[in-house]
Amino acid sequence: MTMPAMQGGPAPSDAGGFDEPYLHIDAVAKDFLIGRDRVTAVRDVTLEVKRGEFVAFIGHSGCGKSTVLNMVAGVYPPSSGGIRVGGRPVSAPGPDRAMVFQSYSLLPWLTVEDNVFQAVDAVFDGQMTQRDKRARTERFLRMVNLWEHRMKRPAEISGGMRQRTAIARAFAVKPDVLLLDEPFGALDALTKGTLHDELLALWRGDGRRQTILMVTHDIDEAIYLADRVMVMTDGPAATIREVISIPLSRPRNKHSTLHDPRFLELKERLFSLLQGDAMSAAS
Amino acid sequence: MEDVTLAIPRFDARGTWRRRARDLAGRALRTTQAWVQSAAWALASVAIAIGTWELVCLTVSRDFPTPLASFRVAVGLLGTAFVKVDGTPGIGLQVLASMRRIAIGFTLSAAVAIPAGVLIGVSPTVRKLFDPIVQVLRPVSPLVWFPLALVAFKNIGGVSSSTLFTIFVTSLWPTLINTAVGVASLPGDYKVVAKVFQFTRGRYLRKVLLPHTLPYILTGLRLSMGTAWLVIVASEMLSGDMGIGFFAWDAYNAGSYEKMIAAVAAIGGVGLALDRGFNALQRRFDFQGAGR
Repeated sequence: MTMPAMQGGPAPSDAGGFDEPYLHIDAVAKDFLIGRDRVTAVRDVTLEVKRGEFVAFIGHSGCGKSTVLNMVAGVYPPSSGGIRVGGRPVSAPGPDRAMVFQSYSLLPWLTVEDNVFQAVDAVFDGQMTQRDKRARTERFLRMVNLWEHRMKRPAEISGGMRQRTAIARAFAVKPDVLLLDEPFGALDALTKGTLHDELLALWRGDGRRQTILMVTHDIDEAIYLADRVMVMTDGPAATIREVISIPLSRPRNKHSTLHDPRFLELKERLFSLLQGDAMSAAS
Repeated sequence: MEDVTLAIPRFDARGTWRRRARDLAGRALRTTQAWVQSAAWALASVAIAIGTWELVCLTVSRDFPTPLASFRVAVGLLGTAFVKVDGTPGIGLQVLASMRRIAIGFTLSAAVAIPAGVLIGVSPTVRKLFDPIVQVLRPVSPLVWFPLALVAFKNIGGVSSSTLFTIFVTSLWPTLINTAVGVASLPGDYKVVAKVFQFTRGRYLRKVLLPHTLPYILTGLRLSMGTAWLVIVASEMLSGDMGIGFFAWDAYNAGSYEKMIAAVAAIGGVGLALDRGFNALQRRFDFQGAGR
């Protein structure tokens, strides 16, 4: 069902990804009923993502980027069009598509360790011994440097540590797809930078087998993390305005990336795309 | 800044000790101060109550038992609190009888109200079906339930069943409503988390729904307990069952008003203790919003 080994399996090339399209979003649209009005949040979103590819959605708030993510997660179905992951149509949430929310969504009454363990225990029910589940929980908490804080509850740790717990929880269930909904939006710039690198390290450590979709409104973040950036038009009835490929090689690091002339070029391009949209909306 | 102050003790060990002692003394002083302060407030509060009481005795009614006389009687009652005098159980035994009755009625009521509240909170269908019933029955006075229960339980336990039933019904509502509100207020994100990570129904109940709802349930139980304690006195006065309510009524009939005052103090004291107990429990289990 899932790929067995962590380091094993075919290693993706540095340019990123395997070549088979893995996640299909076909002409998806979503309407919401607001009172009696039918409002179209997104329309005509079509996208093919390869296995092990990192795709970022960027756009102004309210442009429906989270709506797309929620539909891939299976939180609600599209009004028209379809979504397939690994060939199977998406109908409900499942551990093959782990989510990380901006609001962390840790269970506040569980310790850091238990937040991860409950997920591992539930997902690998009957497939793993209790000891292996504990060991797996420990491994992923160590990867995000939280093992020392395992006995604390979410209220007792910082926002960055909460998000690291949520990221460890997401990776620990061995998902095929990771859905990140503005995961670093609530964090300060320094913590954000550290978490970007931790996320990339976790992903690399896992053989970059996860396909990642991330929603963000941070241009630097999108360029630094993603292989492709989907620039969304403003909502309502938002759609993909332009697809920008990020040719920066992996592994990336903050210092050299920030000084790469291509980075600045991409940044300018994305900025003018987003800015232009705001200008045309204002006029 | 911090580094500098941390570096000093290494070169001046005596200074460290002195500072530690000073810290410790400071902390002890602050604790004592806080304690003395709250004791002073409590004392002032009691003084106001007794002052008002004394004033009533002096002005409104000369027959009303004075604080001092009541205190003397109360001390006397405490001496025989847990024995029978001339076949009449002491005040402590009466309080215990009431508490036992409450414990039974309250436990039965919680056993019905919590699951019912969960069902109402989870399912809109169940809520629509039962909401009118709850809304109509909730404001009904406990004292009406008693005679109704007498009719219903005529052949099954009679008076004592009726007292229990009155406690049962009146403590039902706060727990039921709070539980339902708690369940219904579970954040959608937690439901998504449970679905994404494939929580079974059991795990969802134990690790998501119940921990979230527990503070609400405890609030409900605390309010229910308060109501039950209010109702027990009234229903014992009606039923004549042994208990603190009956004790107060009996004292009134015998014309020993000081004893009534002692009963009032006992009722208030136990009520306060129960409330504090639930309050402590509630705080122990309240993680509201901490994960978000």
